[in-house]
Amino acid sequence: MSEHIVPKSTYYTIFVLLLVLTYTTVQVAYFDLGPFNVVAALGIAFLKASLVVLFFMHAKWAPKLQKLIMAGALFWLAIMFSFTMMDYLTRFLDVAR
Amino acid sequence: MTTAVLPREDYLNTDYSLRSWLLTTDHKRICILYLVTITLFFAIGGAFAAMIRLSLATPTGSLVSDETYNKLFTMHGIIMVFFFLVPSIPATLGNFFIPIMIGAKDVAFPKLNLASWYIFTIGGCFTLWALITGGVDTGWTFYTPFSTLSSNTNVSLAALGIFIAGFASILTGLNFMVTIHRMRAPGMTWFRMPLFLWSMYATSLIMVLGTPVLAITLLLVAAERLLHLGIFDPARGGDPVLFQHLFWFYSHPAVYIMIVPSMGVVSEIIAAFSRKRVFGYEFVAFSSLAIAVFGFLVWGHHLFVAGLSVYSAMVFSLLSYVVAIPSAVKVFNWTATLYKGSISFATPMLYAFGFIWMFTIGGLTGLFLASLGLDIHLTDTYFVVAHFHYIMVGGAIMGYMGGLHYWWPKMTGRMYPEGWAKIGALTIFLGFNLTFFPQFILGYMGMPRRYHVYPPEFQTLNVLSSAGASILGIGYLIPLVYLLWSLKYGPIAGDNPWNAKGLEWQTTSPPPKHNFEETPVVTEEAYNYGGLEESHVG
Amino acid sequence: MADIASTEAVHPAGLQHHFDSLEQQSDASTLGMWVFLVTEVLFFGGLFTAYLVYRSTYPDAFAVASKHTLIALGALNTAILITSSLTMALAVFASQEGNGKAVIRFLVMTWILGASFLVVKGIEYTTDFHDHLVPGAHFFIEGTNIGHAQLFFSLYFIMTGLHAIHMIVGLGILIVMMYMAGKGKFTKEYHIPMEVAGLYWHFVDIVWIFLFPLLYLIDRHK
Repeated sequence: MSEHIVPKSTYYTIFVLLLVLTYTTVQVAYFDLGPFNVVAALGIAFLKASLVVLFFMHAKWAPKLQKLIMAGALFWLAIMFSFTMMDYLTRFLDVAR
Repeated sequence: MTTAVLPREDYLNTDYSLRSWLLTTDHKRICILYLVTITLFFAIGGAFAAMIRLSLATPTGSLVSDETYNKLFTMHGIIMVFFFLVPSIPATLGNFFIPIMIGAKDVAFPKLNLASWYIFTIGGCFTLWALITGGVDTGWTFYTPFSTLSSNTNVSLAALGIFIAGFASILTGLNFMVTIHRMRAPGMTWFRMPLFLWSMYATSLIMVLGTPVLAITLLLVAAERLLHLGIFDPARGGDPVLFQHLFWFYSHPAVYIMIVPSMGVVSEIIAAFSRKRVFGYEFVAFSSLAIAVFGFLVWGHHLFVAGLSVYSAMVFSLLSYVVAIPSAVKVFNWTATLYKGSISFATPMLYAFGFIWMFTIGGLTGLFLASLGLDIHLTDTYFVVAHFHYIMVGGAIMGYMGGLHYWWPKMTGRMYPEGWAKIGALTIFLGFNLTFFPQFILGYMGMPRRYHVYPPEFQTLNVLSSAGASILGIGYLIPLVYLLWSLKYGPIAGDNPWNAKGLEWQTTSPPPKHNFEETPVVTEEAYNYGGLEESHVG
Repeated sequence: MADIASTEAVHPAGLQHHFDSLEQQSDASTLGMWVFLVTEVLFFGGLFTAYLVYRSTYPDAFAVASKHTLIALGALNTAILITSSLTMALAVFASQEGNGKAVIRFLVMTWILGASFLVVKGIEYTTDFHDHLVPGAHFFIEGTNIGHAQLFFSLYFIMTGLHAIHMIVGLGILIVMMYMAGKGKFTKEYHIPMEVAGLYWHFVDIVWIFLFPLLYLIDRHK
């Protein structure tokens, strides 16, 4: 990889952002947002993870192939989640009717 | 044909010490290490198979006790699946030929490659230890809650062995992927790669994506047994079917880890022995990747009678049919390659023909099992047993044997006796079909699998099957004998005994330590056999 | 390319024989690590699937059970890990500049943070044990189905336990890196091992970033 050297200041900015997001997610957890409890918690987690991947792991400057690999991991994870849940979410529908 | 008998430096004769073998990072020597190891496992797994068939020759099950029988088929499955079939072609032929076929000096991570072999062997030792100290009786599938709550056998130990060996599989797949991405010789573009490499890439993809899920699943079984951290325990509201979901997320694609490499081998053999470019090269290449991807979308067809929801069963059933498309693309394209080809019936070609025949039967009966209604009747009968043996033994092992015979002269520098090799191939073909075809009928008539006692009216077919198994056993012994014989007494093969295309045939036999004297530059597509004129050689 | 003997004559430090250039080698190593991280994603993915299935099946029991996790310690550990990711990124940065001393300094900081994480986790486990939260005969939680709550805590221990094992492996890797940096192996041109180690460390951090809300935060208000 013809590497991209990220300036130090970027790392510090990301670090502060991550701490702020951690504080936010803990505070938000004490409020009842209804169905958005999960969305908020996981949304913030996803945001934090993206910051780490993009900046700390230099994915923002990575070649296409690496981005494809990351997308692949998420895609296969999505297959596992969705096809398993496809069973659990419909399992007793036919019985109930 | 003989070449100069000058003592030439090759990967085999540079150093003879044991240390030079056990600490080697040469992918070719690591191939040989794997070859020896998996042959050993094949023999052990085969011995279990022999005892199963011997026991089933009579309907009363008088040879072994019920418990022993359960352990026999379990250990047969575990050894054959995880310690022979999964590593078979990738770890041996893949290891040897991926770097050579792309014109590289070695795989991307040679030390990791050696580590994989050690990890594999250590995993194998754990599993053998589980076997010697009492065995396992859960079936190779480790279904909960029997495996977590009931079985008193060495489940954790065997699971640990497979867990460890799984890392070898992951690291091998990773190594191959990086190798194919980063180590290709100048001019070796993706679409100039032989189809064997495409199939190995697809296989690596499955290894990398699937195996970790098996690892965590087996870990969960062990955690439930040893630490009471159970998440499949029905008493706590856990769902044993979740285990099946996770298990088959790996284990269905694992079938493609076994069969896709064989498909790659068959593409090589058919091109070389009909002296034509593989018909529809791009389609065959992409069908490997398609199988790798679709393979992850169909695992639910193993759960049709396990309490899977009707709705998801329909989706899984439909998607299972989709896998037939890339599989059929391959079979049709091989047939089209043969058309007007200049075909010679050398031993590798016999295995390739055997592969196509048996893979087709195995694949088509797979469609029976993917259909929701019929599957209820056929699940857990000998029909399933026959079906997957047609894929795994008839398909995967035929491909492995074919590849071994095709590349043996390159790997060892010596030819095997062609007459004996043909007899061996035919014996295996006949023995295999006699063993497993009757099982389709048995299963259709309703004989359940994994039972040790059966009604007397099933005996005729069972005796036929057992007779076939003994022929099959002899069939496997014949190559073992003449291949070993050829190491010392076989005639010198020369660099390109089949007059085949591909970088592996351009280097010497056996190849030198770094594969090529000079890094080759590729200027032509794969299988450039250039018309029929020059082809009437052999 | 010329034959092997002459390539070794111009052999840059750290280049292995089967690669043509340091760039190819670095490319391969980074790619290899990313592929490895994919396997890690799917490894933890199996656990996340199990979590998803049970959380959606038994939402009430999971809400009650997750309130028994120690949120203060969990949040503290999150902060510790994020800080360790910063120091790790700075260590990699220093290695890119070929500044060996700074590499070691940041690696030591990362190591201490990683170890503190494990200490905090140990304190948490001890408290959990005294609170009868370990699944088995002594497990007890008031106000919900004990079986379903045990499913939560089985997942809690397996997920955090596997994460902790990854942390321990990471600490081992850091020691190797310190050793290599101490030997002066890293230069502006050659610092692939640091990059790869950094990727691993950040990944383990990411796993925790997801474990924290899943095990400590969701439905905390109830």
